[in-house]
Amino acid sequence: MKLLEEKIFKSLMLLSAFAIISILGFILYTIVSKGLPSLSWEMVSKLPGGGFYLGKEGGILNAILGSFYIVIGAVLLALVLSIPVTMYINFYLPKRSFFADTVRFSFDILFGIPSIVYGAFGFAVMIYFGLKASLFGGIVVVGMLITPIIMRSLDEVARLVPKELTEASLSLGATKYEVIKVIIRQLLPGITTAVLLAIGRGIGDAATVLFTAGYTDNIPTSLSHPAATLPLAIFFQLGSPSEEVQNRAYAAALILTIIILVLSLSARYFSRKLSKNKI
Amino acid sequence: MIRFRLFKDKTARLTMLGITIFSLFFLLLIGSGLFYMSLPILKEKNIWVLLTSANWKPFKGEFGFLPYIISTLHVTFIAIVIALPFSLLTSIYLIEYASKKVNNFFSPIVDLLSGIPPVIYGVWGTLTIVPFISEKIAPHFVEFSTGYSVLAGGIVLSVMIIPLLISIFCEVFSAIPNEMREASLSLGATKWQTVKKIVIRKSMPGIVAAIALSISRAFGETIAVLMVCGNIPIIPSSIFDACYPLPALIANNYGEMLSIPSYESALMMAAFLLFIIIVFFNAISRLILNRIERRYQA
Repeated sequence: MKLLEEKIFKSLMLLSAFAIISILGFILYTIVSKGLPSLSWEMVSKLPGGGFYLGKEGGILNAILGSFYIVIGAVLLALVLSIPVTMYINFYLPKRSFFADTVRFSFDILFGIPSIVYGAFGFAVMIYFGLKASLFGGIVVVGMLITPIIMRSLDEVARLVPKELTEASLSLGATKYEVIKVIIRQLLPGITTAVLLAIGRGIGDAATVLFTAGYTDNIPTSLSHPAATLPLAIFFQLGSPSEEVQNRAYAAALILTIIILVLSLSARYFSRKLSKNKI
Repeated sequence: MIRFRLFKDKTARLTMLGITIFSLFFLLLIGSGLFYMSLPILKEKNIWVLLTSANWKPFKGEFGFLPYIISTLHVTFIAIVIALPFSLLTSIYLIEYASKKVNNFFSPIVDLLSGIPPVIYGVWGTLTIVPFISEKIAPHFVEFSTGYSVLAGGIVLSVMIIPLLISIFCEVFSAIPNEMREASLSLGATKWQTVKKIVIRKSMPGIVAAIALSISRAFGETIAVLMVCGNIPIIPSSIFDACYPLPALIANNYGEMLSIPSYESALMMAAFLLFIIIVFFNAISRLILNRIERRYQA
């Protein structure tokens, strides 16, 4: 009886693990099989032509580049914020510190705030200052969204830095600031992983850029221009009544999925490298 | 020279401290900003009426949030009910039974599932789940359903929160010290009895925290749900009816309807509601999870 119960539950576990794998396979299969027929070099390399949204020729280069512009700006912004914060709470404050815990806690909560709230808040602030939807707005809001992500993963790798390393540098007479410069080099693979994960999250998020970055058929040339993004390109094209345009939405979804796969795999590669260097 | 180095050290420290303190105020800033912008509607209308009225007629100045709140709750509830058994069973398997090899194979899958953007889930949902519901499931229960429904939103959302649940469950289970398992096994309990009576019971607070966290994730999910749930502001009477969750309300209307000031304020209030609920759930579950981590580390 005992063993029967164990057997039943064990097979249920195997079943659900298998179900989760098949769901991933199913999603990837759906996107690839729908997107592949409409995917072409033109899609990736050209701007939307006249009548693009009626099914005429052109591509979504504007959205691909726009997404990358926004996410690269956002990552830079997030790094500028999160590196000093993680360094401060890990290397200046004592190990058991209420202040550090409070900072971690508040970033954990920021991590949970949905992108639509960031999007709406960011847009309201932009209106308040009389700004229009632009590349700049998109960068700031996506930056707010991914700062907690980067900060959390940085914090995790910073905690792994052996204490001896800091002590050795300090005993040689280095100031804390100089120690941090040494440590940062140790953290580079961790920072890379965090950045790749954050790029993945930022590039795929539609709700933040919906109001803040706007949408355009051109490649933005300045920070005040609106910028198109891939998720919105998918979203808008899918809403079109024309089948031709809808098919292109599937192709765009495939492009986005490929980007995410590449980012996710390289993040894994770098995190493995990180664990190899562990002392 | 030494002076300069010390000066540099001091400047760096103060800058970092400054940025850290600034980041602490960020949460407060968002919260108060959203509250400030939803003030006009709160002054005009009774908050209780806003939350319990089902009348949403922005052009007549009637803003009842009830349909959106109910829709959000429905979709979230379905998502949790579907996702919970799968992720619980899978994480028990991964931590208690599976070999390292299986774990190494599984973790990129969970990573990938959590990395897939919401809009891709939305596309997948419209391509597969929605037609499946309207053609295969709904005809057995109701006369007609487009498939864009509470159920579709719940299913898509459940797939989206499974990776989050699995990763927290795994963390919670592996926090249970091995001595406890060994003690139970040495008393003659089977593996499954140990899991059931020791691991799961000991992890209960963590499991609850994980659920709370995924509720808050599900609450705020916008694009994927918006794409499959139909977006009709009614109180859904069955899971095959269309619904209209709060995030979708903001996404669909914000940015266009700003000519009516109270409309904008009402949408900001929707965002403020989401913010409050999610901060609340997050704070509680984080506190529980942090406490678990600390207890077993010490």
